[in-house]
Amino acid sequence: MTARLRRLWRLLALPLLAIFLSVIVGSIVIIASEWLVSGELKPGLAIDAFSALVEGSVGSERAIVNTLVNTMPLLLGGLSVGLAFKGGLFNIGGYGQFLMGALGSVIVGVQLRESPAIIAIPAALAAGMLFGAVWGFIPGALKALSGAHEVVTTIMLNFIALAVLAAAVNGPLTVQGSTSPITPDVGNAALPIIIGRNGHIGLIYAPLMAVLYGWLLFRTTRGFEIRIAGSSPDAARYAGMSPKRLIIWTMSAAGLLSGMAGATDLLGTTHQMASTYGTTVGFDSIAVALLGRTSPIGIVLSALLFGALRTGSASMQIQAGVPAELVGVLQATILFFLVASPVIARLFRIRGARTGLDESTTITSTYGGEATIR
Amino acid sequence: MTSESPAVRAPALEMRGITKRYPGVVANDAIDLDVRPGEIHALLGENGAGKTTLMNILYGLARPDDGQILLDGAEVHLTGPTDAIKRGISMVHQHFMLVPVLTVAENIVLGDETMSGPFFLDRAEAHKRIVELGRRFGFEVDPEAKVGSLSVGWQQRVEILKALYRDARILVLDEPTAVLTPQETQEIFEVLRRLAAEGHSIVFISHKLYEVLEIADRITVIRRGKVVGERLPSETDEEDLAELMVGREVSLIVDRGTSNPAAATLNVEGLIVKDDRGQEAVHGIDLEVRAGEILGVAGVAGNGQDELVEAIVGLRKPSAGRVTLDGADITGQRAREVSSAGVAYVPADRHRFGLVLSFSIADNLVLTSYHRPPYSRGILRNDAEIRKMAEERIKAFDIRTPSADAKAGTLSGGNQQKVVVAREFDRDLKLLVLDQPTRGLDVGSIEFIHKQVIAKRDAGTAVLLVSAELDEVLELSDRIAVIYRGRLVAIRDGRTADKNEIGILMATGGREGATNAPASDGGTAA
Repeated sequence: MTARLRRLWRLLALPLLAIFLSVIVGSIVIIASEWLVSGELKPGLAIDAFSALVEGSVGSERAIVNTLVNTMPLLLGGLSVGLAFKGGLFNIGGYGQFLMGALGSVIVGVQLRESPAIIAIPAALAAGMLFGAVWGFIPGALKALSGAHEVVTTIMLNFIALAVLAAAVNGPLTVQGSTSPITPDVGNAALPIIIGRNGHIGLIYAPLMAVLYGWLLFRTTRGFEIRIAGSSPDAARYAGMSPKRLIIWTMSAAGLLSGMAGATDLLGTTHQMASTYGTTVGFDSIAVALLGRTSPIGIVLSALLFGALRTGSASMQIQAGVPAELVGVLQATILFFLVASPVIARLFRIRGARTGLDESTTITSTYGGEATIR
Repeated sequence: MTSESPAVRAPALEMRGITKRYPGVVANDAIDLDVRPGEIHALLGENGAGKTTLMNILYGLARPDDGQILLDGAEVHLTGPTDAIKRGISMVHQHFMLVPVLTVAENIVLGDETMSGPFFLDRAEAHKRIVELGRRFGFEVDPEAKVGSLSVGWQQRVEILKALYRDARILVLDEPTAVLTPQETQEIFEVLRRLAAEGHSIVFISHKLYEVLEIADRITVIRRGKVVGERLPSETDEEDLAELMVGREVSLIVDRGTSNPAAATLNVEGLIVKDDRGQEAVHGIDLEVRAGEILGVAGVAGNGQDELVEAIVGLRKPSAGRVTLDGADITGQRAREVSSAGVAYVPADRHRFGLVLSFSIADNLVLTSYHRPPYSRGILRNDAEIRKMAEERIKAFDIRTPSADAKAGTLSGGNQQKVVVAREFDRDLKLLVLDQPTRGLDVGSIEFIHKQVIAKRDAGTAVLLVSAELDEVLELSDRIAVIYRGRLVAIRDGRTADKNEIGILMATGGREGATNAPASDGGTAA
C-alpha cells in the first residue's frame, strides 16, 4: 500500500505543485493589477477572487452541473491530443477538428431537427465525429505520404476550418430571412438533458470515451502498435508494423475525438451555430493532455480542473471584479510550471518525482527533422 | 604536461574508496583505481559490473556517495563534464556522442569552440589543428565531412580526435576497438602507445581479453561493483582474467562441434540495394546459406552489410535481384511476411531497432509476435499469455531482472540482448539473421549467445551472421564471406581461414594498393 501511495505521489507531486504555484502567480497578478489601476494595495482581493472562482465552479448544484458540462468537450479534446501524443504525434489541430465536428453536427442536426431524437442525435453526433476524423486524416495522410509535418499542416487546417465554417454559416446554412448569420436550431437533435438545467447526456458518453481510450491503448494490439510507434518508429518498423498506416489511423482517431468534442458542445450547449462560433477548447485540450500526462484518469482530472476554471471565471469577474481572463493566466502558468518541472523539482527538492513530460519529447523531437518516416 | 620524474611516478589519477549506491544496488563498492602518467591501465568487467558508473563519476556525470578523486595527488570535486574536461579528463564513449548532421570539425570543436572575436568560430584555426592532430596520430580525416556520412569506425576516430583536441591528459576509452578490423585496431594501439609515451594516462575499457593483455601496462578487474584483482599482463592470461571477471570458469572458445549443412535455405541472387541516401550500397551480391550452416559475413562497418541484411529481412526494398527462402520468392516482401515465413532477425542496434527501452521486458519480448495468437485474441492483447511467456523466457534465457514489468532500459547490455535473443530464437526458424549479435557485450553474455546460435544451427536453422568482430566470425562460421564496398570479395572455409588474410581482405577488398579509406564515400562501383 505504501508503495502504491509513493507511486501516486510521484505522479501527482508535480502537477499539484504546478497548480499551487500558478495560484500564487495568479494572486500576484491580481494584487499587482489592482494596485496599478487604483493605486491601492489589497492583498485580500486575491482571496476574494479565488473563493469566487471556487464558489462559481463547485459552490452549488447548478455550478457543479455547469462545470461538468464545460468539462466534457475539454475531456474529449484532451483525449484527442493525448492519443496523438501516445502515437508520437503533436496534434495542434484540435481547434480545427473541433470546429469541423461542430459544423458536421449542425448540418445534419438542422436537417433532422424534426426527425425522432433517436435518429437525429446519433446521426448528428456521428456526422460531427466523421467531419473531425476527416480533419485529422488529412494531416495524417500528408505526413505518411510526403513527410509534411503535422504541426504545420494542422495549424494550417485550423485556419481553413475557421474559414469553411464562416462561409457555411454565412451562406447555405443561414436561417431563411434572418439578418444575422446564424443557423437554425438543431431541434430534436439536441442532446437530452439528464441532470439540472443543462446537464446533457454527454456527461455520460464523454467519460465512457475516456474508458475506451484506456482500453484501446493498453488492452488492444492496435494500442500497443500506437504506443510502440510513438516511442520508437524504428523499432515499430523492425517489428513489422507500418508506422505510416499507424500515423494515419492515429490522426484520424484523434480528429474523431476532437470532432466529437465540437459536436458535444454544439448539440449539448449552443444548439445552433453563429458565424462567430468558436471556443478555445481545441487549444486548451493540449494543456489538458499535458497536465493529465496522457493517462485516461489524468486527462479526466485535468479536464475537470480546466472545466471548473472556465465555469468559475464568470463569477470571479462579477463578484470580485477580477477579469475572467485571469483564468487564462492560471492555465498558462500551470503549463509553464509543468514544462519546467525538472527545474521545479530541483528547486523544491522533490525526490523521486517523475520530472519532465514524455510528451515534451514528442513536441521537441517532431521539430528536429524527424518527420520523414519510411 | 609530461612528468619528468623517473621510476615510481605519482599517479596522475587516483580514485580512492569510490562508493556509489543506487536504489537496490551498490554500483561501486569502495573501488580503488590509480593510473600513472604514461600508463595504459585497462579496466575489465562484465556489463553491469560498475565500470560505467565509475567512469561517470570520473567524468563528473555522477557524484560518489563516498570516496575521493585525486589528480596529481590533489583531491578534486568534479562538478560536471565541463569541469572534468577542464582538468584534462576526456572520454570516448561506447555509444558515440556525435551530432550526425554536423561536420567533423564542428563536432570536434563543439563545447570548446575556437573563437575569433567574441561571436565567430575560427574555422580556419580549428581545421588546421584537426588536420595536424590527425596527421600526428595517424588518422587523417576530412574536417568538412558530415559525421553522419562516416562509417562507425571513422566516427570512433573523430571521438578520439575530439578528446585530443581538448588536450586531454587522462583519456578514457570505452570499448574503442569494438568496431575495428585487426589492422585498424593495431593502428589505434599505435596511437595509444604514442599518447602514453608522451605522458598521457589512458584508461582502456574492453572486453577483448587478448587486446587488454597486448596493450595494457596494468589491468584492474571489477565484478559486481568491487575490485576483484589487479594484474600485470606478464603474470596473467586470458583464462585467468575471464575467470576473475565472471567469477567462474568460462569457455572462451565456443565449442562449435560439427555442423551438417543440408540443402540451401536462403538464396540471394544479384541483389542490388540502395542506402538511405539513394546511393547503391550493395552492388549485386550472390550468396546461399544452407540449413544447419553458419555463414559469416566479415567486413568493416559501413560496407553494405546493413543494407544487405535489411533487404533480406524485408526492411528495405532491393532495387534488383532475388531472395528466396526454401525456394519461395520473398523478394521485396514486408518485414512481417518475411518473419512469418520463418525468418528471425537480431538487429545491430538493439537500442534503436531491437528494443523499446521505455517499455517493459514483457512488451519487448512480444514485440514481433504480439499480433499472433496466443498473445492476441482478435483485436485484444492476451496479457495473461504474454506474462506467462515472459516469465518462462526470463527463466530459460537467464535474463537478470527483478520482474517482467521492469523497463528494458533498466537492464544491462548483456541482458538487453538476451531479451532480443529470447524473443527471436524461441520459435521454429528456417533462417536466423544476426547483425552484430554481441556488440558491446561481456564475455559471459557472449558465451551464452554463441551457445544459443550453435544450438539453432544444430536444430537445422540456416544462420547468416554479420559481424565487424572478426574473431566472432572466425569462431562461429562454417564459411566466411568477406564484404567490401558492397561486394563479396572472397569466400573462405571457416575452420581454415587465416585471420590476417581476412583482415586484409576486409580492409582492402584484396586489391593491390587499395587504401584503408572510410567506406562511406557512397561506395560507388570502383
